[in-house]
Amino acid sequence: MKVTRDKQKEDLNFDYKYGFSMPEKSFYKAKKGLREDVVRMISKIKKEPDWMLEFRLKAYKIFLEKNMPKFGPSLENIDFDNIYYYLKPTENQADAWEDLPAEIKETYDRIGVPEAEKKFLAGVSAQYESEVVYESVNKELAKEGVIFCDMDTALREHEDIVKEYFGTLIPAHDNKFAALNSAVWSGGSFVYVPKGVKVKLPLQAYFRINAERFGQFERTLIIAEEGSDVHYVEGCTAPIYTSESLHAAVVEIFVKKDAHVRYTTVQNWSTNIYNLVTKRTHCGENGFMEWIDCNIGSGITMKYPSVYLHGEGARGEVLSIAFAGKGQIQDAGAKMMHFAPNTSSRIVSKSISKDGGRTSYRGLVQVSPGAKNSTVFVSCDALILDEESRSDTYPTMKIKENDVEIQHEATVEKLGDEKLFYLRSRGLNRADAESALVLGFMEPVTKKIPLEYSIELNRLIKLEMEGSVG
Amino acid sequence: MLKINNLIVSIDGKTILNDINFIFEKGKTYAIMGPNGSGKSTLAYSLMGHPAYKISNSKSQISNDNTIVLNGEDITAMEPHARAQAGMFLSFQTPLALSGVKVYQLLQLAMHGKKDPLKIRNEAKAYAKELGISEELLNRPLNEGASGGERKKMEVLQAAVLGKSLLIFDEVDTGVDVDALKSISKFLIKYKKDKTYIVITHYNRILHYLKPDHVLVMVEGKIVKVGGPELAKTIEDEGYEAFT
Repeated sequence: MKVTRDKQKEDLNFDYKYGFSMPEKSFYKAKKGLREDVVRMISKIKKEPDWMLEFRLKAYKIFLEKNMPKFGPSLENIDFDNIYYYLKPTENQADAWEDLPAEIKETYDRIGVPEAEKKFLAGVSAQYESEVVYESVNKELAKEGVIFCDMDTALREHEDIVKEYFGTLIPAHDNKFAALNSAVWSGGSFVYVPKGVKVKLPLQAYFRINAERFGQFERTLIIAEEGSDVHYVEGCTAPIYTSESLHAAVVEIFVKKDAHVRYTTVQNWSTNIYNLVTKRTHCGENGFMEWIDCNIGSGITMKYPSVYLHGEGARGEVLSIAFAGKGQIQDAGAKMMHFAPNTSSRIVSKSISKDGGRTSYRGLVQVSPGAKNSTVFVSCDALILDEESRSDTYPTMKIKENDVEIQHEATVEKLGDEKLFYLRSRGLNRADAESALVLGFMEPVTKKIPLEYSIELNRLIKLEMEGSVG
Repeated sequence: MLKINNLIVSIDGKTILNDINFIFEKGKTYAIMGPNGSGKSTLAYSLMGHPAYKISNSKSQISNDNTIVLNGEDITAMEPHARAQAGMFLSFQTPLALSGVKVYQLLQLAMHGKKDPLKIRNEAKAYAKELGISEELLNRPLNEGASGGERKKMEVLQAAVLGKSLLIFDEVDTGVDVDALKSISKFLIKYKKDKTYIVITHYNRILHYLKPDHVLVMVEGKIVKVGGPELAKTIEDEGYEAFT
């Protein structure tokens, strides 16, 4: 018995793959702090066109003028002067695994990039610090005209498309962190799917922060043309550091008529990271956008993926999981804006808080006048594992049309003693029984995630649960 | 097999079981009968180690050795999962639905890698077929959308896959129709082998199939009478009045 337990612990330690860090070996590192010359320097290093420099400089001014968000957790400990805004790990991107520097390779090995690739990748784009260093795009995809590359490459090679969409859905003045990202963005993914093309396998990108006090400001742009279909997966892990880091990303997605995009995130930043992300989709006629958003890590997350339902019959979904352990605040939710008739939105939020962790569901659903025959479904379930933990719900509905169908459900539950006893009577120890119930609670969302991610997610939750039991 | 010495159990300070002493022998079938509230389910829960039921110190003058011993191992202080691993299984009176926890997953976790997952799956499928549990129900989270009868069958299925040596069936026959009762009973007989069964019931009908070696009558937290199968018949005809 005891032997089994110890063995399990050993296995878990072995599997605990994000608690390590590689020594920094960057070729270029900007000075700490944000000034106009840093913004200019970033743009210059990247040899960007003038319009992008202009965009950055304008955004920088907006960032200075903007106030911090007036809602949600306190962000007063973010010290903007104590952050590196640009870091470039290697001179050039490598397009073969073998060409990568050994350190970076080792980091990726531990996250499991090559394995994942072997299994079912259509293309890998992995971000190490602020630059994409490793990327391979499936040749078949390229044949069909699908573009999947890092944002910097996209700006060089597909400038027209980038210029048409970049910053149009989330302008710099949207919020302070969108402005910050717009000023100093680096890396991120660019996906373009031509008309009628259905990408069968998920496109994946791994993100990683590996420099202390270094903020990562990735920028992702996805365009799905009429009748196309694509699933993009973003997974994050980060080594554990003691000082605070900032991750402020912007993701813009355009879903055209009859197109479908699913965007899956498994976020597992270490708990000293502020994760402040703006994600938004413009959804055209009969288009369908799914955000699957799993937030396990970070110290503070503020993230509310949005769908702007502009076309008639457009559909939007946000399925989210938030897990807050000791010292964590997960302030997550969704935003659904109905601007056209026959549009429908669905929000399913599952949150788990334990060891004093705090989760909040913050949601906004707005139905504009004329968005007739629209349907809205919101369901938020909170699971609170102990007395110290907390969960709050802030649902806002602005319904300005009478002809709508609205359903809203919210539940708060604790782990039932009888359910626990049932599982324990079957031979599961307390920790296993608890994680089985927690994983079961999350299942409606996790079943939508590609298998290897849901396995990783389940393992992470199990580790978090193990931590609570002596 | 299972030895209960001077067991006194209370919940929220109220004594429910009062000085239970009994030895259940290996390979035998026992029926426990008794009026509502006589402590039958409490006995089942206490044996399995439910945290709400506290084992008190014995008031007995003869011995202060109040223990539960399973297969020679003192399980009195063990957690429920350790008791399961020591060979005990409890079929619940009202099995809960576990949202998101699939039947196979539960069985796998319960077996702790001692049985190959594929083998577990094949066994479960075969048992389900015998019991008349639809394949679809087997693929769902445990008992989700299942009827009372299906839930009882699912308990029996788990008992078979997990292969424990001492099985307690708490009213496995209530809320079950005649056909289901028949298939559950036949199933239990078929896989009995050298297992020990403790069958808690209100009715004689399941005992017609299972043919207990001994019938125990519980009243007010005590075992008041032990007899053969004929005792069940007497109870069916005359009720518990004679024992109270």
